[in-house]
Amino acid sequence: MDYAQNLLITLPELILSIGAIALMMVAAFAGDGSTRTVGWIAVVLLVLAGIAATHAPASLNLPILGFENWGSAFGGLYKADAFSAFSKVLIYGSAAVAIIAGPDFFERRGGRLRAEYPVLILLSSVGMGMMVSASDLLTLYVGLELQSLAGYVLASFMRRDARSAEAGLKYFVLGALASGILLYGITLLYGFTGTTQFDTLATIVGAGPLSTGMLFGLVFALAGIAFKISAVPFHMWTPDVYEGAPTPVTTFFASAPKMAAMGLMIRLAVEAMGPAYESWRQIVIFSALASIVLGAVAAIGQKSIKRLLAYSTINNIGFALIGLAAVQPGRPDGVASVMTYMAIYLVMTVGSFLVVLQMRDSEGNNVETIASLSGLSRNHPGLAAAFAIFMFSLAGVPPLLGFWAKFVVFDAAVKAGLWPLAAIGIAASVISAFYYLMIVKTMYFDEPAPAYHRVESRIEGGLIAATALAVSPLGYFLIPALGLFSTQAAQALF
Amino acid sequence: MIGLEHYLVVSAILFVMGVLGIFLNRKNVIIILMAIELILLSVNINLVAFSAYLHDLVGQVFAMFVLTVAAGEAAIGLAILVIYFRNRGTIAVDDVDRLRG
Repeated sequence: MDYAQNLLITLPELILSIGAIALMMVAAFAGDGSTRTVGWIAVVLLVLAGIAATHAPASLNLPILGFENWGSAFGGLYKADAFSAFSKVLIYGSAAVAIIAGPDFFERRGGRLRAEYPVLILLSSVGMGMMVSASDLLTLYVGLELQSLAGYVLASFMRRDARSAEAGLKYFVLGALASGILLYGITLLYGFTGTTQFDTLATIVGAGPLSTGMLFGLVFALAGIAFKISAVPFHMWTPDVYEGAPTPVTTFFASAPKMAAMGLMIRLAVEAMGPAYESWRQIVIFSALASIVLGAVAAIGQKSIKRLLAYSTINNIGFALIGLAAVQPGRPDGVASVMTYMAIYLVMTVGSFLVVLQMRDSEGNNVETIASLSGLSRNHPGLAAAFAIFMFSLAGVPPLLGFWAKFVVFDAAVKAGLWPLAAIGIAASVISAFYYLMIVKTMYFDEPAPAYHRVESRIEGGLIAATALAVSPLGYFLIPALGLFSTQAAQALF
Repeated sequence: MIGLEHYLVVSAILFVMGVLGIFLNRKNVIIILMAIELILLSVNINLVAFSAYLHDLVGQVFAMFVLTVAAGEAAIGLAILVIYFRNRGTIAVDDVDRLRG
């Protein structure tokens, strides 16, 4: 394979990294006045990278991109396939929303958004793209670090805000610990198998029973990734970081990196460690159950909407992990259910956080308490209706798309014989419905709190409407396409 | 004769010391940064020892990547620590408690 072909396969990453470097120069020389321009160029770059990742070029018959650009590149370090394409579209989409939502939020706080914000999100997206395309432990590590290092800076982006700085510090310390644990696991896997490539690993793991060294390596590596998807018992950073980080950054953290880390976990568990599924399955089952229960119970007493949504993330990741636990050799439906779940989860979460971004008092200052949502339906009926749709959908109430996500995951679990897991999951989703419905009750039946500032940004209003429509019953028209794409993505791994 | 096991034991001891350094340390955040470096170095010892044992260069290449990333990580960690200190005037671990609920 010639070098040009390798570069073509990694085209999404090339577009984003070269673009990010160029935009960094623009940001440095044009100053903070250029934030919006840089942001829109970054969004265009993300769209282009998404097109490059999905193999659209071949169907468009563009002269430069006329040839096959899926496959394995750079000696098996990197792989572009249906799985990476599906994940990348979701990742780039969420990253674009985080870029669009940024400037207004920061300007409201009396400052100007520094022009590095879109650049950091672009760099983080390069890392996330590498994570879901990793087919070697080295790419896995470098991708994860690129995503995290940009993330640490983003969390502490409001430099003069003590809470933002503290969120960044906590995220950094725990994130660095997690990558240390992951790395230790990787060294053990490397030492006891003699390879870092996923397909060779699978052959060696499949050849005999797992040695103690490999088992330790697997446990450490999964623990490191569990931190990134904020699954219990590695969830403790999530509420603090979500609360302290600026809300557009929280929107980003709750969406794109979760998808990327979940993709990475699936790649490692299914592609590299597939033959040893009985060993990692118990870990995933434990983590799934613990996340669902903790996410449901701990959210009940929360006063801040951002903390509540953090526990909601933990809860949802637990449901997605049920799908991973249902993976059996040669049967892609477990992975397909995780992909469907994550896609729907991303839309619901991004929508909820966009509503949270609109929460500000009459002077324009941001408020984050659940109590301030009281009587929202009378002051802002549209906003209240959209938020109610997201909450009902997150709770898994039937006519909405969130129900379909949970249904697909439970269906995969039952087919794999894990019906106790599905039963506990359904019971816990009833508990979590309590706090979602509590918010709806606060918005519709409580005495009105002082009215919010009206929604100024048409783009944010449009995005809220679009995401709300997508998870409303109308979203069921999307199910055939979603099912097809997620099945194709899952089949790429088997 | 010093064999693979000796390196693995040293590396495991360093790793555990690093992890304990993060959790048991109540004094200041700089010590946490040092503990993180310790973890990454223990990983490097592991990689190089396995690389020599397996006669395979991948481990050493990996170690170079880890070193590079560790440098970047330390730089970002110190930068975050500086803005944190500017806001709060302290870097004691027990004072990092504004966010809770």
